[in-house]
Parts: sequence; structure tokens; C-alpha cells
Amino acid sequence: MIEPFFLRALAAAIGLALVAAPLGALVVWQRMAYFGETMAQASLLGVAMSLALGQNLTLSVLVTAILAACVILLLSEQKVLPLDSILGLLHHGSLAAGVIATAMLAGPSVDLMGYLFGDIFAVSYHDLLWVYGGGAVVLATLWYIWPQMLRIAVNEELALAEGVPSRTIKAVFMLLLAAVIAIAIKILGILLVIAFLIVPAAAARPLAATPERMVLLTALVAIIGAVAGLFFSAATDAPGGPAIVLVLAVMALASLVLAARVRSS
Amino acid sequence: MAPVAGPTQHDHAGHACCDHDHHGQDGARAIAPPDPRALVSGRGIHVRRGGRVILENVDLDIAGGEIVTLIGPNGAGKTTMVRVMLGLERPDRGTLLRRKGLVVGYVPQRLDIDRALPMTVARFLALGTDAERGAIVTALREVGAPHVIDTQLASLSGGETQRVFLARALLRDPGLLVLDEPVRGVDQVGEAELYRLIGRLRSDRGFGILLVSHDLHIVMAASDRVVCLNRHVCCSGVPTSVARHPEYERLFGAPAARTFAVYEHHHDHAHDLAGAPVTGTAGPQERDVSGESRSGSIGTDGGSRGSAGGA
Repeated sequence: MIEPFFLRALAAAIGLALVAAPLGALVVWQRMAYFGETMAQASLLGVAMSLALGQNLTLSVLVTAILAACVILLLSEQKVLPLDSILGLLHHGSLAAGVIATAMLAGPSVDLMGYLFGDIFAVSYHDLLWVYGGGAVVLATLWYIWPQMLRIAVNEELALAEGVPSRTIKAVFMLLLAAVIAIAIKILGILLVIAFLIVPAAAARPLAATPERMVLLTALVAIIGAVAGLFFSAATDAPGGPAIVLVLAVMALASLVLAARVRSS
Repeated sequence: MAPVAGPTQHDHAGHACCDHDHHGQDGARAIAPPDPRALVSGRGIHVRRGGRVILENVDLDIAGGEIVTLIGPNGAGKTTMVRVMLGLERPDRGTLLRRKGLVVGYVPQRLDIDRALPMTVARFLALGTDAERGAIVTALREVGAPHVIDTQLASLSGGETQRVFLARALLRDPGLLVLDEPVRGVDQVGEAELYRLIGRLRSDRGFGILLVSHDLHIVMAASDRVVCLNRHVCCSGVPTSVARHPEYERLFGAPAARTFAVYEHHHDHAHDLAGAPVTGTAGPQERDVSGESRSGSIGTDGGSRGSAGGA
């Protein structure tokens, strides 16, 4: 007999997998993994803010993630340090600040682990509404900017010369990324959100010949990984989010090793 | 924005080379170039980056059906000028006018495609152009790369990538085609083919073409006008006169300037890349000095090329 909480977890994981697939593929294509990671970890400050001010968690995280993206973009304009150093700095700095702020503002009793790794078995119907409602908006927007995003991913210089408004399109994309982080944070936690975006895309890459096929495969991998991870978690009592990410990582590694073998043979 | 006065569009036709401080003829044209063929027109372009002057008071026009080649040593600001003309970079000073609704085909210098992105050539060529497969095959055939249609973009060689980007530019049916270092990574046969193709695109389809090169030999003679850039415009004009200009010799050295070969474009006879042979003759040819006689040497294309060299 499957418990309702388990069904809700399954529904949430599958919904997130569908929303995350196209975004994750774009993050991989544009080498924005570290960028997304930094956005997600800076969101812990949003968690602290929401706890201290009693604001809605999803909205606070959304606002913080957008602010983090703006800070990264501003800092990436300077020429003193390369972007990956800037991201490393912000990434760890914001995580430290977030942990301290959460502890100070919300008191020592707050469950930090819950925010870092999420709690997929605590998903409520209300959360599911966010996943499917918010997810539909994200996917619809992405559908609209998809061709332009692809052209930027191939060659931004060319896209610009051909008249693609690349700054606007990229800003919209970052907004979508922030939205997905905000939606997924309760479920997967700030440390695992980006893994859920990137790892399935990495697994799908060797098997795909066109961008759209890669997105479909990414979604498929993510769904399989999420379902298998949840059953694995239920069987072994392992925490849900980490179980999903672990299964996904194994799938991605297997896919990469296989692809490398095929190529070398 | 106050336009800086510059030489008019046609000053290249007869007396070719002028020094960069040659100004003050017709400032009004900078605001509204009277020649309806002018696609893009830059006047008094200044660019500074990181305290360094990259471009200084550069004027450049490209008209429809005209091949303009930008040459100059490394670091002369060629690519920056192209980026300014394309609207990718804002000049610190100067005026840029672009014809309304101008469609640009661009082959950038750096073409590296990230391996993380799965993308076949066919998909790439359809992206944003909505071209059918038939049109894609035709375009690829035109640039001499029909065999790569189902290949991954990231696994093409340098020369193939260039051809594919050129095919994409063709599918957009541009008014202005911009090629930044088009012969990089292309072998000599491919180079000759490429220039024949470029000449044909100009004559058959009336594209305005802006080429960037540091290659002195073949490139120059394929053009109607050569602009020699070294932060400022050192000299400009029809190829042979630029090659004889003292500024040009100073920049590239007398031996290089002397070995410059004239490439005659027989593009109007060769409608297939495997077509007419290339005749490369050493040394400047007198009849190429004026744009007038160059146009006259073009045979049978029914005048669509017009007096592209500037008459």
C-alpha cells in the first residue's frame, strides 16, 4: 500500500523533472552550472529572511536568487578576476552568510538540514500547486524564447549580429532559473537543486543528436532517477533528495563511461 | 550626435589612397548618405578600451553590391571596427548609420562550438531561418559542403565550420555579408573557391560584402575597395593603388607589398565551385587601377553588379 505522502513526493519529483529538463540542458550548454549553484546557495539568505520576517518562503527565495544573479552579472563585468573565481567567492561567502543569518534570525531550533537538502516526503498539496502551476508558467515562457536561447547557446556574437536581443533573453532565462530554484527549494534543498538540473542533462548528452531530443531524454532520465531514488529511499530509509541525486549521478556516470567506450572503440 | 566630416563614398574610385587626416568635404552626407546603396556608414569612429586607443577617427562605408576588404596588421582594430559596424560594440565617439531593416549575414572570427550542445548542421541552419531541407541542401552545396548536413556542429573542421556559417548567412539572404578572417583554417584550394563564391554572391545576388583579412595576397584583388587600417585609416582605394601606397609598404614591408598577387574573379562564369580555373597573376595590373575599368572587365552577368567598384 502506497502512502499519500509518498505519492505526493512522486508527483513533485516528476513535475520538477519535467520543468528542470529544458532549463538544465540550457545551463549545461551555456556552462552556467557554477552560476546556478551560486544563485541557489545565495538563496539561503532568502530562507533566513523569510523566517525572520514571516514572508512566504518561495517568494523570498525567488527575490534572493534574482538579486544574486544581478550581483554575479555586475561582478562579471569587472576585469580583475575571472568569473569562476568570482563565483567561488560568492558561492561560499553566501552559503556562510546564509547559515549564520538563519541561525541568528530564526534561532538555533531551526532545521538547517531541511533547507540544505530539502524534505521531499513533507511535500504538501499546496507545494504541488507551486510545482505544477509555477512549472507550467516557466515552461510556457521557455517555449516562447527557446529558438533565441538556442541561437545564443550556439554563438552569442552571431545571435546578436542577427538581431536577437540577447541581454533581454538571457535576463528572462535567469528569471526562470530563479523561479525553478524557488519552487524546488523546499523539496530538494539549496544544495541539491542544481544537481537536479545538471545531472540528468549530463546523462542525456551522449545519447542526443539535437537539442530538443536532449531535452526529452533529460526529462526521461530525471523521471526515472526521481522514481527510482524515491523507492530506494523508501526501502532503505535514506533521505529522499540525496537518494534521487545519487541515482541520477550513477546514471550520468554510466552514460558517460558508455559513450567514452563507444567513441574509443 | 554631431557627425564628423569625412570623405565621401566615392572618393576611392579614382584617386585611391588618401591619408587619414583627409576630411572636411561633405559633412552632411554623414547624417544621411545620399547614395541609396549605402548599407552601413560609420563616421569618425573612436573606440577606447582599457585606456588604449583601438580606433581613431575611422570612416567606413559599405554599399550594396560592393566588396570592401579591411586589412591591417594584428591589433590594428579590424575586428573592433567590424563589431562597431555590426552594432555589437558601441563606439565612444562617432556616428553609425544603418539602413533600416538591413539583414546581416555574419561569419565571426571565433566559431568554436561547445561540445555540450548537440546540434546537427541541418538543425543549426534551420534555427531562426525556418529554411526547409531543400533550401539547406542548396545553401550547403553553394558553399561546397553538402556532405556535412547531418554532422554535429562541434565535430566539423575549421574550414567546414566556416562554410556552414557562410551557408547560414546565405539562407538569411542578407543585404550585408560580413566575413571576419574567412580564410583562416581553409586550405589554398578552398581559399580560391571561397573568393570565387564571394565574388559570385556579390554579382548574382547583389550582397554588400565586408571582408576582414590580414592576408595580403589574394584577398585584396578580389575586392572593389581595400581599406588599410592601423587604428586609423592609413589608406584606402582600389587594391592595386593601395598596394603601391607608401603607408601600406611601411605597414607590411616592401617585399610583401610587391608579391601581392591579383586574383581575377571569374565569378560570373563559374556558377559551380568546381567550375572555372583561377588565374592568379603576380604583380599589380594597370587595368585594375580604376573601378571603372574593373567593372568593364566583368563579362556576362547582365549588369546586376553595376558599377559596384564605384564609378
